Amino acid sequence: MSEEALIGLFVATVQFGTLVFLAALGELIAERAGVLNLGVEGMMAMGAVSGFMVGLETGSPWAAFFAAAAVGALVGGLHALVSVVLGADQVVSGLALTIGGLGLAAYVGRNVVGERPETLFTDLGIAGLADIPWIGEIFFDQPPVVYLTVLLGIAGWFVLARTRLGLAIRAAGESAPTTDTAGHSVMALRSGAVMVGGACAGAAGSFLSLYMAPGWVEGMVAGRGWIAVALVIFGAWRPGRLALGALLFGFTLALQPRLQSFDIELLGVEVNRISPALLGILPFVLTVVVLVIISWRYRHRPSPAPAALGLPYRREER
Amino acid sequence: MNADYAVWLRGIEKQFPGVIACAGADLRVRPGTIHALLGENGAGKTTMVNVLAGVYRPDGGEVWVDGQRRFFQSPADAIAAGVGMVYQEFRLVPTLTVAENIVLGSAPRLLRSAEIEQRVAELSAAYGMAADPNRPVWQLSMGERQRVEILKALWRNASVLVMDEPTAVLTPGEAAELGVALRAMAEEGRSVIYISHKLDQVVAFCDEATVLRHGKTVATIDDLEDVDLTSLAEMMVGAAGGGYGQRPPALEPGPEVLSLRGVSALNDRGLPALSDIDMTVCSSEIVGIVGVSGNGQKELAEVVNGLRRPTQGRVMVKGQDVTDAPPGDRYRLGLAYVPEDRLGVGLAPKMSVVDNAVVRSYRSQRRGLMLVMDKCIKFCQDLVERFGVRAGRLHDPVAGLSGGNLQRLLLGRELAERPAVLVAAQPTRGLDVQGVAAIHGHLVAQRNDGVGIVLISEDLDELLALSDRLLVMYEGRVVVEYTPDVTPRTVIGEAMAGQVRA
Repeated sequence: MSEEALIGLFVATVQFGTLVFLAALGELIAERAGVLNLGVEGMMAMGAVSGFMVGLETGSPWAAFFAAAAVGALVGGLHALVSVVLGADQVVSGLALTIGGLGLAAYVGRNVVGERPETLFTDLGIAGLADIPWIGEIFFDQPPVVYLTVLLGIAGWFVLARTRLGLAIRAAGESAPTTDTAGHSVMALRSGAVMVGGACAGAAGSFLSLYMAPGWVEGMVAGRGWIAVALVIFGAWRPGRLALGALLFGFTLALQPRLQSFDIELLGVEVNRISPALLGILPFVLTVVVLVIISWRYRHRPSPAPAALGLPYRREER
Repeated sequence: MNADYAVWLRGIEKQFPGVIACAGADLRVRPGTIHALLGENGAGKTTMVNVLAGVYRPDGGEVWVDGQRRFFQSPADAIAAGVGMVYQEFRLVPTLTVAENIVLGSAPRLLRSAEIEQRVAELSAAYGMAADPNRPVWQLSMGERQRVEILKALWRNASVLVMDEPTAVLTPGEAAELGVALRAMAEEGRSVIYISHKLDQVVAFCDEATVLRHGKTVATIDDLEDVDLTSLAEMMVGAAGGGYGQRPPALEPGPEVLSLRGVSALNDRGLPALSDIDMTVCSSEIVGIVGVSGNGQKELAEVVNGLRRPTQGRVMVKGQDVTDAPPGDRYRLGLAYVPEDRLGVGLAPKMSVVDNAVVRSYRSQRRGLMLVMDKCIKFCQDLVERFGVRAGRLHDPVAGLSGGNLQRLLLGRELAERPAVLVAAQPTRGLDVQGVAAIHGHLVAQRNDGVGIVLISEDLDELLALSDRLLVMYEGRVVVEYTPDVTPRTVIGEAMAGQVRA
């Protein structure tokens, strides 16, 4: 295998990692507030198509990126309305969002299939660093969304761990009545978190359609939304572990299309004979393994999963 | 004069679906005092303080705090007005630290843990309530968690501290410490509202008291030193006759159908709830269990019915040892149960009337492995007619039935297969007069038919009207047995307060 192919693999790892990390960061925030949103796949598709169309119209990738985030927040707001405000089942509402979002995205984008926008995100060679062999190309010559996502990840961690708002969000995910009687509005916290989560998913979708696979075709999200949902569990609901998991999952996603071109042997197996489909299930297998480890390690103390995850809250119920 | 009171709840009314929790209750608390709020379960105490804490909005009445009329829209409003609430079920986040729990809701915008932990440590030192600020709450004992709750209120500088059943979770030593801490707060000019069933503690800790009954204020005591335990117990359970019908003449009791031998058990919190209970129930008698709530009645019913495992002792039904038998086996042996929580433990709210009617006796509605719908419906119709359940459509969920009809359905279901013993816990709580009369009628008819009945109630009048024998429970023990006809109410009241007169 050539050095060039190997570097390409790692460059793609960072990009796929960014894609799933951004979507998973949003899901993590929503889940820490106590709302499970299984609509990530649908929100990403809506973000991908709306970002791409705004990109076509305006020619500005940034306008497209933020428009996709806004659309994602709006779609997330629908989930918040149904499951947080009206107290419906979060699983049902989230699945409906995925199915409906995928369908709506296909409908909205039916006339732009196959088109290419004039301007896309371009790689941002960071002066001085981009020229370092290997490292430079992998980490310092990436599109701006990659760096923005890193900043968002740090900001997400900081808000959750070090601010009053973050404390309130975490409390809402652990015990809604406690948060309510402490004087925070559970409804506002949860709705806000779900909308921020939607914005992240929408933005991630546009990164796909404006950079990673420029253009729009139905089904282009291809299960990455589900990988983001799994990643939140894999990361044990913590931003730091989420980042590590994103690189690992990103690696499997990047390896999948390249697998057959590698002529190396691992443990007596020729790598290029492994089915890419098998590799595709690896993130989910790893997630199940992590779930088992978590339930074993946390058998004598509270699990890292938010205790009120999935439970609607109404104040005057008794 | 409004300014004289730290808290004045005036004519509070609050209704929940099917239940009137408060019907014009009053509560007046002077600043710098510890005020006991007394009453049986369901008397409306918790509803009153939830109105004060902004959790419930009252249907009628006024809320005054520190001489100002308040209209709380949410707990946040009440906190801002200086009301600090310590709920019976603690409102703490187990995974957060002590300091994080204390500052939740009134934290600085940016959390610097070292600084917050320092300030929390200073606060806990100032009130002599030790609490390690950076430990997660799930590692703490119940007593420590309660200290965290109180510190939470003090962190917001609450002028009124409400404590709902504070000593239920404490060891006697912790309870005494709590008394000292509350007194210190009162001396600073704060007011404490103290809800408790433990009358001896109330007399020891509190200055004044309000007694609620059936959602109304029945007594206001300005100085608790003027009254004794007995009269307090009487005010709670009601001193006058309850207007129930004449007690039916006793029958000759038949063979023993239920017996407990040296039974002990723990409550949900792992503290002793029953100790060394011996009791026997014969066929054709009603044995009343009387006591201030929380003295082990609930655990007793659960142990008998196989919902709670005793730590010691044996339970026998019709002479057979059922200590290790599951509830279903006990039912088939002839033990029926009307639980206190009728729409949670007794009936499944979203299931239909028919389904609820047959869940106990489905085995007789089968052909092969399949339930036969016609049989189920017929069974249910019989039941509905015999017990006078007004049920609307039989395939609708039972959640839509009124309390009285739910109870008729539940009682009918339990009696359908002619049990030998019936344990009925609070069977008439919250029912209207007609409902109460119907349930009483069924209980007496069953007794006359040879069923042995254990009647657990907090309504002394009801127990006096129905029981053939009366057992008084206090702190998990059966302390004394009385014969209803010949025992003055005052004697029973004293026994309920833990003072048995031979």
